[in-house]
Amino acid sequence: MREKVHEPLFHIVKRKSLNWYRAWGIRILAILIAFALDALITTMVTGLNPVGVYGAIFKGSFGTARKFWVLMQNIAILLCVSIAVTPAFKMKFWNVGGEGQILVGALATAACMILLGDLPTAALLPIMIVASIAAGALWGVIPAFFKAYWNTNETLFTLMMNYVATQLVAFFVIVWEVPKGAGQIGIINQSTQNGWFPSIGNNKYLINILVVAALTVFVYFYLRYSKHGYEISVVGGSEKTARYIGIKVEKVIMRTMALSGALCGIAGLLLVAGTNHTVTTSISGGRGFTAVMVAWLAQFNPFAMILTSFLIVFMERGASAISSDFGLNASYADILTGVILFCIIASEFFVNYQLIFRKKERKED
Amino acid sequence: MKKLVAWLLTATMALSLAACGGSGSAASTSSDAAEETEETAAEEEAAPAEDAKEETAEGQTVKAGFIFLHDENSTYDLNFMNAAKEACESMGVEYIIKTNIPEGQECYDAALELADEGCNFIFADSFGHEDFMIQAAKEIPEVQFAHATGTKAHTEGLDNYHNAFADIFQGRYLAGVAAGMKLNEMIEKGEITAEEAKIGYVGAFTYAEVISGYTSFFLGARSICPTATMEVTFTGSWYDETAEKEGANKLISNGCKLISQHADSMGAPTACETAGVPNVSYNGSTESVAPNTFIVSSRIDWTPYLTHCLECVRDGAAIETDWTGTLATGSVKLTDVNANVAAEGTQEKIDEIKAQIEDGSLQVFDTSTFTVEGATLDSFMADVDTDPAYEKDTEVIKDGAFHESEFRSAPYFDLQIDGITLLDTAF
Repeated sequence: MREKVHEPLFHIVKRKSLNWYRAWGIRILAILIAFALDALITTMVTGLNPVGVYGAIFKGSFGTARKFWVLMQNIAILLCVSIAVTPAFKMKFWNVGGEGQILVGALATAACMILLGDLPTAALLPIMIVASIAAGALWGVIPAFFKAYWNTNETLFTLMMNYVATQLVAFFVIVWEVPKGAGQIGIINQSTQNGWFPSIGNNKYLINILVVAALTVFVYFYLRYSKHGYEISVVGGSEKTARYIGIKVEKVIMRTMALSGALCGIAGLLLVAGTNHTVTTSISGGRGFTAVMVAWLAQFNPFAMILTSFLIVFMERGASAISSDFGLNASYADILTGVILFCIIASEFFVNYQLIFRKKERKED
Repeated sequence: MKKLVAWLLTATMALSLAACGGSGSAASTSSDAAEETEETAAEEEAAPAEDAKEETAEGQTVKAGFIFLHDENSTYDLNFMNAAKEACESMGVEYIIKTNIPEGQECYDAALELADEGCNFIFADSFGHEDFMIQAAKEIPEVQFAHATGTKAHTEGLDNYHNAFADIFQGRYLAGVAAGMKLNEMIEKGEITAEEAKIGYVGAFTYAEVISGYTSFFLGARSICPTATMEVTFTGSWYDETAEKEGANKLISNGCKLISQHADSMGAPTACETAGVPNVSYNGSTESVAPNTFIVSSRIDWTPYLTHCLECVRDGAAIETDWTGTLATGSVKLTDVNANVAAEGTQEKIDEIKAQIEDGSLQVFDTSTFTVEGATLDSFMADVDTDPAYEKDTEVIKDGAFHESEFRSAPYFDLQIDGITLLDTAF
């Protein structure tokens, strides 16, 4: 009696290992597919030819010197948050609280600018820097402390801390609102510019970009060549091993999250003192979450994050230029970026697994 | 390192792709303004373009840039968007619209980008844009900046930064008259008693613009229905559909028989339609979502102001620091009354009161029509010059009335008058 066995069309197998160029080949292919899909969608909606679509995106991001600097500034802030979440992620501590850590950093900066607004910038800036770093670090350490000593779930904890931070900012916006009842603070120290980052030459955003560049180099060397960096990767690999070789895991978790939070706090500082000069509940603009994607996509390599954050900001700016050029709803830009993110996430599946298709049946003799 | 190289390669590929596109599609992307103005404008393009050329002989060619907080889904922004299109198209002016610009550095960047693209008149519609517009105005003195609802132009002293608003409290008062008529009808029909004539109002913030709006609305309603009272709830956002809907539902369950709102989504009108409670709207007709409950809506028509600004820029004339539209300039408007819902004779009554406001025989904030903590006011210092200490700096009551929008265009009436109960004042 022969039983008929149905072999499925394909089945999924975990890849044992994949050499780097094939893994990156898959990722690059995913991005190219995303670009092609975006071009197709845009062509269908606007009637532009696909090449023209990318022309418009390019023009929207790089069209003028001003657009270029705005692009660079946006990349810098996103990059700053991305390198901030990286140390925690390398430790397999899933910090999705970047949003809240940026907000408290921004709030601390704004508080200094409002309450100590009479001080000259030279005296005010150091206080703002310390305050924003301390606030961000605190917001990072709280969930780390609970994780280290009571093993609470850090994903939920850091996520919840975002809401607390948002409400805290909302509260202080009402305290400091101008004029009364308006629900917004407006530009702080607009006439005196106390506490504002100075322009370098004529460029308002260059100082932000330089700060983030320096931080990127720092985080790269910190993770790769310092003892702390080594401890982080050991704890990330296996807590038991870390304990066995004498690493104080609690200390590493808290120290790393303090660093992670502090860097997010600096992002808040850059947003308030460098660009917006005010604080709102939406000032971080979802970067705390986008940064997770940027960091992951770059495989936690700070230098690769320059390119991944470029990719995301470039598409966002370009897509919003297309939607304004053609009078499309701004959600359109979200659709284009959404397609790219979707393809990137999907590509990780194909990096880790492969599909094996059914072989042609051969007649058994 | 190898990863880096791989990434660089990807980037180069992406860039070269984009670069090819850039040169290939120069024609399709450079004529941006024409495409922005939708098909209808494109059809008309030939005629206005000629006009514009003729006008250059007389004055400057105008290119307008607009910065809007939301897109057309917000009744507030839609009202501005329609006015912008109408003003520009009737004058044959090229324009660029940027929507969904947050009240932050994005506004400043957008303003400067518009200036880079050749706009010599730039307008922003949301209150929170003001400081960023001022920042941009300081940087580019040759471009004229105008901002609706702002409060700072008269204290900033910039030649190229201007505020504008309208005497919308008069429109609100007229809308209130329609509400009063409806309440009276409900009392006459025996649906409610005179004491139950309670109005609900969904406001955004406890800000003077909102307070001035609901107070004038209430005074209009009470002038017709003397037993009317009002409850006001605040959402803490200018645009939050869920919060506005829930606010309206709460007021309805509190026993409010008629709802009005000063917040920009369809939230409150939708809630009213579901509950079958009459609604007096703002910013424009909401009859499309609430055909069985919409009575009338007051709104500011920004077309007269924008046309005026564009003419000033064309002729090289100075734009007023503060410009306040009125019923006479055509800035304060009421939509058509929805006869299915409104009480009989509403339109006639509105016309009658409107004539009284126009000839000055009726003052909306006549101090004899309201009390504050039981007393009639004969003096009030308002915070007209915006400052973080909320300093009261200007006497605004004279000749028996509160003079709203006279010392600056944006409203500064922030009194809590008797008869109105505030529910959530956290915002």
